[in-house]
This record gives sequence, C-alpha cells and structure tokens, in this order.
Amino acid sequence: MKQVYSVPKSLQPRSTHYCPGCTHGIAHKLVAEAIDDLGIRDRAIGVAPVGCAVFAYDYFDCDFQQAAHGRAPAVATGIKRSVPDSVVFSYQGDGDLASIGAAEIVHAAMRGERITVIFVNNAIYGMTGGQMAPTTLVGQKATTAPFGRQKEHCGSPLRVSEMLATIPGAAYVARVALSSPGNVAKAKTAIRKAFETQLAGEGFSLVECLSTCPTNWGMGPYEAMSWLEENMIPYYPLGEFRTPEGGPNNA
Amino acid sequence: MAERKLFKGNEAVAEAAVRAGCRYFFGYPITPQNEIPEYMARRLPEVGGLFLQAESEVAAINMVYGAAGTGARVMTSSSSPGISLKQEGISYIAGAELPCLIVNMVRGGPGLGGIQPAQSDYFQAVKGGGHGDYYTIVYAPASIQEMVDLTMQAFDVAETYRMPVMILGDGVLGQMMEPVEFREPAPREVPAKDWATTGAKDGRAPRLINSIYLQPEALFKHNLKIAERFEQAKKNEVMCEKAKTDDADIVLVAYGTTARICRSVMDRARAAGLKVGLIRPITVSPFPYDEIGEVARTAKAFLTVEMSLGQMVEDVKVAVSGAAPVHFYGTTGGVIPTAAEILERVEEIARAEVRK
Repeated sequence: MKQVYSVPKSLQPRSTHYCPGCTHGIAHKLVAEAIDDLGIRDRAIGVAPVGCAVFAYDYFDCDFQQAAHGRAPAVATGIKRSVPDSVVFSYQGDGDLASIGAAEIVHAAMRGERITVIFVNNAIYGMTGGQMAPTTLVGQKATTAPFGRQKEHCGSPLRVSEMLATIPGAAYVARVALSSPGNVAKAKTAIRKAFETQLAGEGFSLVECLSTCPTNWGMGPYEAMSWLEENMIPYYPLGEFRTPEGGPNNA
Repeated sequence: MAERKLFKGNEAVAEAAVRAGCRYFFGYPITPQNEIPEYMARRLPEVGGLFLQAESEVAAINMVYGAAGTGARVMTSSSSPGISLKQEGISYIAGAELPCLIVNMVRGGPGLGGIQPAQSDYFQAVKGGGHGDYYTIVYAPASIQEMVDLTMQAFDVAETYRMPVMILGDGVLGQMMEPVEFREPAPREVPAKDWATTGAKDGRAPRLINSIYLQPEALFKHNLKIAERFEQAKKNEVMCEKAKTDDADIVLVAYGTTARICRSVMDRARAAGLKVGLIRPITVSPFPYDEIGEVARTAKAFLTVEMSLGQMVEDVKVAVSGAAPVHFYGTTGGVIPTAAEILERVEEIARAEVRK
C-alpha cells in the first residue's frame, strides 16, 4: 500500500497547547516537513520566541534554545556563528519580531545572517490576551485598541516582508497564508525554499505566515480563515519579495 | 619565566580571554572599553575565532546567550550604560545556566553620566543585576596583572558553576598600562557540556536551553539548583587580600583602583604611627563576609572607601555585624579620591575612636 501521508518525524508525538483553530499547528508541521525532507534534523537548532510559540521546543524533535522577547535573531546569530554547520531557525510572532525585536530582525537581515525565520503574523498579541500588535489592521479591535486601531493614534500596520526585502543581506523573503489547502501548499514550498537558501549559504531567509487567532479575534475557526483572506491578504499581499536569484518580485 | 609585556588594561583582558580559550566575542562600542572589541576584531580571526559587532548591547548579550548555549567559550564587554542594557540577557543566561564572561569597565552614572572611572555599579554587579533570584561571580582586580590572572581562569570558573562571570574594572584599569605576564592558571576539572545544543546527532535526545518554568514549584526547584551552585562558589571561590590587619586598629576596605590608593594611605598612616590595615575583596561576589568578620574581632574601626556614594559599605556592615563602627568615604561622578583626603579621614577616626 502506498503511504500518502504521515506525521513528520521532526515533530514530537504529542498534542499542543494551541487553541482550537489556531494555525501554529500548521506552521509547525510545515517546518517539520521541511526539516524531514531536507534531512537536517540532526543539524537543526530552533530558537523559540516569547509569545504563544514559547513552548515550540516541546513539539519539535531537535535541539532548541528559548530566547528573550524579540531577541531570537540575536540568539540565532550566536548559535549559527559558533556552529556554522548547524541549520538555525527562529520561530517568532508579530509582537516578538515586528515590535520589541524590530532591531534584531533588521540587523540579522542586514548581516545576511544564514538563518531561517518563520514569522507568524496573526495581527494580534496572542499569549498576553489580545493586545494590539504592530501588524494589527486599521479598525481591527484589540484589548488595547478597544475602538479599533486608529491610524491617527498609532499609525498603520508594518509590512515586515516588504521592509526586509529592501535589505541587501536578505536572500529569501516571502509571505504566505495558512488559510486554505492551496495556500498551505504554497507555504510549504516557501518554507522549504527558505531552508534551502540557508543550506546554500546565500544569506538571510524569512517566511511570513499570515495566521489566525480565533480566540483573540473572537471568531470561530472557519470565520477566522475567511477574515484572514478578506482582510489581511489585501493589506499583506502574498508572494516572494526577494529570492536568491534576485527576483521575481511578484508581489 | 614567561615574558613580561607592557599592556593596556583593555587589551590585556582581551588577550587573556583569548589565551583562556575564548573564541567568540559579541560587543557594541562604548567608552572606556573600546580597545577590547577593537583588539578582538584583530585577534580572534588569528586563532580561528569570531568577532561580531552587534547592533546594540541587547543584541550582543543575546548573541552571547546563543553561542554559550552551544558550549562555546564566549564573552562580551561594555561599560555602565551598556551593562544596564545587557542585564536582561544576563538574567536569561543565569536562568538558562550558561557560562560566559562579561567585562564591565565602569564609568560614572546615573544616566549617560560621564566616561571617567567609577565604582557606582557595584550594586548592579554583585546583587544579580537583572530580574530574578540569581547571583553571578564577580572579580574586582586591582592591577592589570591581576585582571589577566582572573580572566585566565574565568571561563573555567563560569563552566564549573554554570553561571556568568564578570570582571568588574573601571576606566583606570581599562586605560592604564602595566607590565603583564600571561600565566596558566591552576588546572581545574571542568564538567563536560552535556547540555550544549549543537544538533541532536547520533540519535541523542534533543537538548533545550531554557529559563521558563511556569509551574511555581518547578521554578522554585530550578532557582534552588542555581543557588546551590552559588553556595559552592561561596565555599570555594572567595578571594580577598588582607594587608597588615593582624594588629590594625583601623582597617580600610576597598576594591579595584581604590584599593591601590588605600594601600598608599595605609603605608603613610603606618609611617605616622597609626596602626592601619587593608582588606581588599578580590571577589566582590561572592563577598568575603567571613574574612572581614574575622578582622572585626580585633579591629577598632573600619573605613570603606569607594568611587561611589556608598555601595560596598553595605556589605562591609553586614560582615562587621556591629562589632565595630564602619565609616565611609567616597567620591562619585568619575572623581578619584586622593590619598591625602583618605588619610585625613583615617586621622579623624583615629582621634575619635582609637585614642578615646
């Protein structure tokens, strides 16, 4: 009998602490599949953020370091520079990466740090209970933006992939959405490409994964998927913003 | 005998770290310690190591965390405002039980303060520094030779106790030149790094570098484990120099640069017929409480001298524990106390408390 699917070997066989309908599980699976496909589990060292994915190390079957809030790219730099043969990835949310860790991510990209960043953008702070993120959409409600994000008060959301794609050291930058089977398949390809970019020594790689947070958005899982497609994708267009070949910039 | 060479303090500490096996340096410029990263930028590539200038002190200490977590011998250096920024990372390094070396060439504060030598970051250095229940091992050398000797053993010590080690210097020690000899420290048995994250090869179980324990009982147990290692350091690592304390009526207590000045105060006071001694803590964490307490059984008064408005004096009072009065003289903001000023205080104390 032909096996068409199995749980990735780089994931631990246990249930997660993530909320029902949350897309962290999909992102974890895609990363684990890329690690399996490339045969790099014994060289992989993950860096967990502060946020909902703080316990990512409980789910991946590889070495891990847990970093201070926003500092994962700096920690990943220390790992990669001291063990150049390792395959280092950080897994960060939008508060961690785009707010408190904005300096660390920009400079890791500037140095062309040979690390892979999985950036989970769900437009809200999850673990702390639904506060406004730098990626929260204008008008979107959050516990610290009870009337919806006001542009005049706190600006418009940050488009991280577009910003990082302007940095010469960034070799691969792509935005994907974890919202439908087709989009998940594209996400899988992008994550694999990001790791391949690192393995080829071509520079910094990042995949921004548009994700849902049904709990803090106050929606059911299906409604959240639709909200992502209808509201997030128009503001955060999908595509590759930078590739090692220098293009295509199809965003 | 090994060759003696004239070295600037900042460069000497860097060279000593390289000879102690340090191969990774992550730093950010700040006066008065810039010669350390500059030296490392030249020197580390010669030994197959790596120097990287980070975007901030915050990033630098987190790079140290990452490299230390792979088992590498790694260090950073900075000065007061930069050390404040590093405290977050130092707390995480302590929580994750990682060894590393941090050199702190203290300058005047608070705020941006000044760039002249100071000892006003004693509290920050010896009381943990960042958030949470932890201590680090802190050496306070008084000469460049001593700074070299302590740095040569710092990595072994950090790895033995799995905690950060700090060299607490100041602008004087960083900037002045003295002849030094790079001497191998006494060999230590350093535990194997069976915790290092270098990739789960050959079927070994994945490893984790971590400081989060959400269950209170688990964090309690974790903190006790770290505290137990510091208790061992208290037993084994306390270093303190005593000079002429056996018959001393008045005992000066000072560390680092200030101790050098106090030594000449002691000599001048002795020449004037006053029985003055000196205690110089070399480890300021763990602090030589017992060593000072023992001297307090015979001394009539203590005078703590610092380039601060009174920080180590609190530990001296704990050590003396009411057995004798503990006086204080300090300068702040980058002003170095003169021997004449200190001698005047010694004479005042002698009039009030020794001859009464």
